[in-house]
Amino acid sequence: MAKKLMKGCEAIGEAAIQCGCRLFFGYPITPQNEIPEYMSARMPQVGGVFVQAESEVAASNMLYGAAGAGRRCFTSSSSPGISLMQEGISYLAGAELPVVIVNIMRAGPGLGGILPSQSDYLQATKGGGHGDYRVLVLAPSTVQEAADLTMEAFDLADKYRNPVMILGDGLIGQMMEPVEFKRRIEPEDLPEKPWATTGAVGRGPNIVNSLYLRAEDLEQHNLALGAKYRAMEAEVRHETYRTDDDPDVLIVAYGTVARIARTSIDNLREKGLKVGLFRPVTLFPYPAAALAAAAARAKHVLVAELSMGQMVEDVRAVVAGRVPVDFFGRCGGMVMTAEELAEQAEKLLAVPA
Amino acid sequence: MHNELILAGFGGQGVLLIGKLLAYAGMKAGLEVTWMPAYGPEMRGGTCNCTVVLSDRQVGSPVTNRPHGAIVLNLQSIDKFEPLVRPGGILVVNTSLINRPAVRTDLIVVPVAANQIALEAGSAKAANMVALGAFLGASGVVSPDLVRDVLAETFAGRQKIVQLNQVCLSKGFEIGQAYAPAMAGR
Repeated sequence: MAKKLMKGCEAIGEAAIQCGCRLFFGYPITPQNEIPEYMSARMPQVGGVFVQAESEVAASNMLYGAAGAGRRCFTSSSSPGISLMQEGISYLAGAELPVVIVNIMRAGPGLGGILPSQSDYLQATKGGGHGDYRVLVLAPSTVQEAADLTMEAFDLADKYRNPVMILGDGLIGQMMEPVEFKRRIEPEDLPEKPWATTGAVGRGPNIVNSLYLRAEDLEQHNLALGAKYRAMEAEVRHETYRTDDDPDVLIVAYGTVARIARTSIDNLREKGLKVGLFRPVTLFPYPAAALAAAAARAKHVLVAELSMGQMVEDVRAVVAGRVPVDFFGRCGGMVMTAEELAEQAEKLLAVPA
Repeated sequence: MHNELILAGFGGQGVLLIGKLLAYAGMKAGLEVTWMPAYGPEMRGGTCNCTVVLSDRQVGSPVTNRPHGAIVLNLQSIDKFEPLVRPGGILVVNTSLINRPAVRTDLIVVPVAANQIALEAGSAKAANMVALGAFLGASGVVSPDLVRDVLAETFAGRQKIVQLNQVCLSKGFEIGQAYAPAMAGR
């Protein structure tokens, strides 16, 4: 398929269709309304279903039903809406249901504002709702990657029987870039899900549930989930930029900020300063081993986020004091410029390590 | 080659559209491109803008506060964006709706009566295309032929619209070209 110029939101929607998803449940909220808008037009064209739910809570429980029946399905929302969905997401994780949840983050807390932010990192990567659980979190940095990761998200959700979250921000959602859809799968060609509640014809009944009243049983369930989350570590992924010569400052950033950092790094390199980028693509599981190795070769680590400092907690845990870790963030919907990020990196180099 | 451009005007003047056409043409030219609309509270009150980045390398930030050029179609937009353009950059000013000259002397200012020219060509609605043509003429960032192709694809089956817009693009381009020599050595 030829490259098309698409908004990140539209590319996510089309990617879902291309990988055999025919069910969308959601409730409008800026800055991701282009996803439901796109799905409302596209789903009927491909024999799929678009439902504008009465609320985000309802949408997340519709996912539970659809995924329980073995069908690929997804929802999208933005920060306050994702908070409302957390009850359902916890149930989805508990019942081990494969769904894709897209969070196009806006600034918070509360209703906050509609501009881009990365302030839901902790919510996304540490569970989000109640109970011991994790969702796999993928953070695209370009529109093409938003499409690619959305397709992979459905595969990973099925592979681990677990919710997978695409964590973007308003910039990724609203921006247009060229995008190409690299594969197409029809729903009927997807692998069967023998655990799903598809009608117990010629087999015993399947049960999809998150209720375990006996503590012994629930502990076993928690242990099994824990083992699954550890197994997900096989999926860790990251990207580096200009790190071949062991840069003095290693910038760690994900999503939109990582692309801003690339510009900062290009500009600093022109001045002869050795600065590179480590970009986690999976936020849970976190690419800890690769980051530890990259950080060990740097004099400073600089974490840049559109938040008050959330991922920096994971970076500090990984680096474990071996290298100083500094933080630079903009918040409230303000987007850092490449110049101000470069300035932060330069400041670190001005001080002897 | 790396160009960060801001296109701004009232809602309804078609600044998002000319941004998309420019980005699409850039993509056809083999460039890396991004198009980013302002969607925040600055949109309230009827103003509208988008940022287009055209580059021969992967695009970093899709937004900018130091554009290499700007197309401003109304007074609020020149007030807001003229101060931001990098020295030596191009500022296309729609003199049909902007009743003051540009203040900056370190820019290549391209005044163009976009609404009048478009009206004479058939419809003032195509003023955006005159302005885009003027920008292409002065900057040479992408060939106007590519934009003509994109127009034909975008409005396939609506020949009158394609024709009007292509004519307006060409009229703007001719005006802009007069400012292009100033670009030599840049």
